[in-house]
Amino acid sequence: MADRQPASASRKTFAPWSDPSAEPFIVFDNVTKRFGDFVAVNNVSLNVYEREFFSLLGPSGCGKTTLLRMLAGFETPTEGRILLDGQDISTIPPYRRPVNMMFQSYALFPHMSVADNIAFGLKQDKMPKPEIEERVADMLRLVKLEQFAGRKPHQLSGGQRQRVALARSLAKRPKVLLLDEPLGALDKKLREETQFELMDIQENLGLTFMIVTHDQEEAMTVSDRIAVMDHGVFVQVATPAEMYEYPNSRYVADFIGDINIIKGTIKSTANGAVTLETEDAGTLVVHQAMDAIPGTPAYIAIRPEKMQVISGVSQNQIDGEVWDIAYLGDLSIYHVKLPSGAIVKASQTNVTRLIERPITWEDDISLTFAPDAAVVLLD
Amino acid sequence: MEGRLGRILLILVPYLWLLVFFLVPFVIVFKISFSETAIAMPPYLPVFDLSEGWEAFKAAFARLSFDNYAWLTEDDLYIRSYLSSLWIASVSTIITLMVGYPIAYGMARAPTAWRPTLLMLVILPFWTSFLIRVYAWIGILKKEGLLNLALISLGVIDEPLTILNTNTAVYIGIVYSYLPFMVLPLYSALEKLDGSLLEAAQDLGCTPIKAFWVVTVPLSLPGIVAGCFLVFIPAVGEFVIPDLLGGSETLMIGKTLWVEFFSNRDWPVSSAVAVLLLLVLIVPIVLFQMHQQRQQEREAG
Repeated sequence: MADRQPASASRKTFAPWSDPSAEPFIVFDNVTKRFGDFVAVNNVSLNVYEREFFSLLGPSGCGKTTLLRMLAGFETPTEGRILLDGQDISTIPPYRRPVNMMFQSYALFPHMSVADNIAFGLKQDKMPKPEIEERVADMLRLVKLEQFAGRKPHQLSGGQRQRVALARSLAKRPKVLLLDEPLGALDKKLREETQFELMDIQENLGLTFMIVTHDQEEAMTVSDRIAVMDHGVFVQVATPAEMYEYPNSRYVADFIGDINIIKGTIKSTANGAVTLETEDAGTLVVHQAMDAIPGTPAYIAIRPEKMQVISGVSQNQIDGEVWDIAYLGDLSIYHVKLPSGAIVKASQTNVTRLIERPITWEDDISLTFAPDAAVVLLD
Repeated sequence: MEGRLGRILLILVPYLWLLVFFLVPFVIVFKISFSETAIAMPPYLPVFDLSEGWEAFKAAFARLSFDNYAWLTEDDLYIRSYLSSLWIASVSTIITLMVGYPIAYGMARAPTAWRPTLLMLVILPFWTSFLIRVYAWIGILKKEGLLNLALISLGVIDEPLTILNTNTAVYIGIVYSYLPFMVLPLYSALEKLDGSLLEAAQDLGCTPIKAFWVVTVPLSLPGIVAGCFLVFIPAVGEFVIPDLLGGSETLMIGKTLWVEFFSNRDWPVSSAVAVLLLLVLIVPIVLFQMHQQRQQEREAG
């Protein structure tokens, strides 16, 4: 971990999805998957680009794993096509696809040693023995398990098994690596370390990674882009920052991070600003270009960290009473009860030690937010 | 203390059972195998009688001999019976494995809701007496039996096949009778198999058939071994099936032993046959067990 290199400059400008001339590497073209009456994936289209680290994020049963398994070849789309590097792979069996998968359960072969597990795919390709040995040694070095080559999976810890599974799925140098909840079984600290390792490996080997996760923090950390799924469709496909700052729906806003959602009706839209009338916090203004008929119901979504505790402002002042304080060490989250009874959250970085709390329970305080810090959502 | 006593008692019960109903009878058979036949009751000599004192016991002990074992090597009937039994049991075991594996595989892959029913169907034959079921095969296999009738009426054959009283009938009988003993351990091994392992094998480039050989078969090996032992061991000593379904050509040690015991009333020789049969079966099992244990230790260490 200590020898990590800073992320390369290329990563900063890596955004092929915003380049109309870029060729997509993986294409889901109007893909639908039904199991009997149940629609697991509903007419989904998506382009993923070479060297991208792409996350499918959503609650269980949202169709993300089905989508991944269709790319691996374990499920066939009911309708639509899947293209990899320009070739339609919809009907190609899994053992002929240049795609490898790291399984949620790791699926290590219990009767084979670590080295044999890693060599398994190479042997299927009839690779010459010396080359296999060399590749296995490379992979063991990559995941730092050189001294465990002869062990059986049941003699390893959970974290070590996870690395063997990763090494095995990378050994064939697949064009695309699919990862199904790869870190789900690890404890928090190990998971965070491994997230950065995964990013390094993906960057160094120049592979395309597609990961399925239900952990939004994990998706935010590792991904170039995230697709949030619900009921078999994409709710939003965007970079982590876009998704956090400009969620396109209450569902995404709520799923990614913590957020206050204040219900209201649109009063006016003009000059790139939306004015809303809310029951909970009076009149609020958000800078956002929007066309909507006055009277349309809408929601203001504002992150707790973008709420400031301040009074005497001319705009967006929300008055309330401190109802609860969650002290997390680095920050405190204030739950503020508005006169209407609604609770909004405001988080403040604790830049000084809290020997005497400047804000305490039952204090009357005022919150505000900058008009460009919030978004207005219509649904 | 009480817990420990309870534990000792719990272990003691099965050991006591084995001691009284297996080891003691075996020692008696073992002793008879070193005796000589006599027209007496019991039909062998010497008879140990502790009431006649230590000297008489020593004299009786001195009369024990290896003659019966020597006899088993002199008449090639016994060696041919052993070899033929081992051969018939081996072939039957292999056929049972080939028939049982797909059944167990199908059961293990069946929808979870069906599995108890399927398991029940495998065990169902045990509700009818083994002897009756073997007798029933006579009705199926004989010249004017159900099988021949069916094949002739379907036009497959013109002449009835001679199956009853041949080794083929013995194979059919053994495979039929011992199939559940093969299917059950195989099923329990295959049911535990994690389906994602087969997906992983395919993902890494294995065709489904190759994945079966490199993943499913090795991982079901404990079931295969257990099933083969459960079929092979009783099949070697089988008497009822070769007696009812086999013919004059069918040579099996169980039949030889029966003739020796009931027709010839030669208890000592039949005891020697039984002791030798036990050795023939126990030695490979012990060797196999030792091998398994060594392998486990190697993996643990």
